[in-house]
Amino acid sequence: MIGFSDITKWIHDSLSSALSPGWVLASEFVLAGIAVILIVVVLVVVMIYMERKVAGFMQLRLGPHRVGPWGTMQVFADVFKLLLKESFAPNSVDKFLFNLAPILVLAVSFMALAPISWAPGLQLWDMNIGILYITAVSSIGVIGILMAGWSSNNKYSLLGAMRSGAQIVSYELSAGLSIVAVIAMCGSLSVHDIIMSQADGWWIFKGHLPILFAFIVYVIAGTAEVNRAPFDLAEAESELTAGYHTEYSGMQFGMFYLTEYINMVVIAMIGSTVFLGGWMPFHIYGFDAFNGVMDYIPSFVWFFGKIFMIIFFMMWFRWTFPRLRIDQLLKLEWKYLLPLSIVNVVIVAFITVMKWHF
Amino acid sequence: MKSLFQYLKEVFLGFYSLWTGLKLTLYYFTHPRKEIITEQYPENRTTTINIPERFAGEVILPHDENNKHKCTACTLCEMACPNGSIKIISVQEESEDGKKKRVLDKWIYNLGMCTFCGQCIDACPQDAIIMKNSFELSVYNRNDLVKTLNKPGSKLKEKE
Ligand code: SF4
Ligand code: SF4
Repeated sequence: MIGFSDITKWIHDSLSSALSPGWVLASEFVLAGIAVILIVVVLVVVMIYMERKVAGFMQLRLGPHRVGPWGTMQVFADVFKLLLKESFAPNSVDKFLFNLAPILVLAVSFMALAPISWAPGLQLWDMNIGILYITAVSSIGVIGILMAGWSSNNKYSLLGAMRSGAQIVSYELSAGLSIVAVIAMCGSLSVHDIIMSQADGWWIFKGHLPILFAFIVYVIAGTAEVNRAPFDLAEAESELTAGYHTEYSGMQFGMFYLTEYINMVVIAMIGSTVFLGGWMPFHIYGFDAFNGVMDYIPSFVWFFGKIFMIIFFMMWFRWTFPRLRIDQLLKLEWKYLLPLSIVNVVIVAFITVMKWHF
Repeated sequence: MKSLFQYLKEVFLGFYSLWTGLKLTLYYFTHPRKEIITEQYPENRTTTINIPERFAGEVILPHDENNKHKCTACTLCEMACPNGSIKIISVQEESEDGKKKRVLDKWIYNLGMCTFCGQCIDACPQDAIIMKNSFELSVYNRNDLVKTLNKPGSKLKEKE
């Protein structure tokens, strides 16, 4: 079977035979960037279609079904509409920050994709602090949101941005602590090592109840970090029109929209890597025949299957729960999730020291 | 200790109530054929369309098989209508024993000014008028919207 590492090696070799080492590196950067952008854009298109269908079915509607077969062309029609529109900046905005903000949030959400391991041997950058890097980078995005809210010179935008700031500052903590629970058991921050440590079973099964709890906390905090309902106070269309992107139009609005979905992908990718084994097939320690059968399912099917499972959870939450008030939001984090996560980390540390996990 | 128990109970009750909601939306999501209520209107207008019985469309004055209605021409509906879309025209009629009585001549309903608020229905002491669930009410000429609801030659239904 041809693995992804063979393909990447073949590309590297053929480039090396034609170009000098510096150019090889440069062209590999460009190729890898284009590949990631393509994959992500395809994922986002699928997700937007999925979101609208899920929303429709959950609200007893049909969802888009007129443009193309079963409405599959609806997303392309919408993107085309956004491309045709003017990116309009109102008179009294801070023009520089206003135009910079959407690019910044988009760039930051792409940065978080760097250490993700897509399949065996297919990883852009295997650094030894991969998870730390992702959690650090993904919280920079809020600066773009604050920038958008502040420069719009509009009280709705500013309120939305402030709420988003408060929200990310609080929920980073419990998202981080729930990841720490797994890190403690596996003993490495590198994405590759974390996936390899799950070869005999995913952490969510190996780590007993504390890891299951950490996973639930992670999904809640992750939903809050991407500003989706029930934590969509930053947009809150019924009270703040559209929150921090009220003043944006055309493709600048499109960038914010794209960012929301890329952030969802990132959260789902970290969640599936850390808790559900990334591209690692479903293995049970000791059942070699069963594990062999599972290995026949390609790794990217496992990876994208897990990602879409977490994404479906997020959509399910969005179309079920009402939005929290800002005080309820902070209460949920500081009075419930954070104390429980801290207790959870202590339990995990105890289990790890006693070597009770598998 | 008690407050800790209370705290954990709150957490579990919270999760339980969230799960109740999630279960319902998951049921809707997995049973699209059964549950989706969207009407694909122009396509299905002659086939599967389902307009609920109590949908408030145009006002009608039902007549029974002997061409009799229940309107006593009391004009309460005319006064109740906020838009002035009802006009009751009545005539004096003398019966055999010489009693004079006001009876309905024309029940004029201007559909073009009606907002389907249903106040005339509530005001009518005789329950003479109802709202039908028809909704394709557009016409090419504005005058066609002014309708006479009582049929020619119709009479007031006697009290049983
Ligand atoms: S439904 Fe309302 S607007 Fe229409 S005729 Fe009756 S009272 Fe008037
Ligand atoms: S329809 Fe009812 S309210 Fe109107 S005039 Fe007749 S009896 Fe009176």
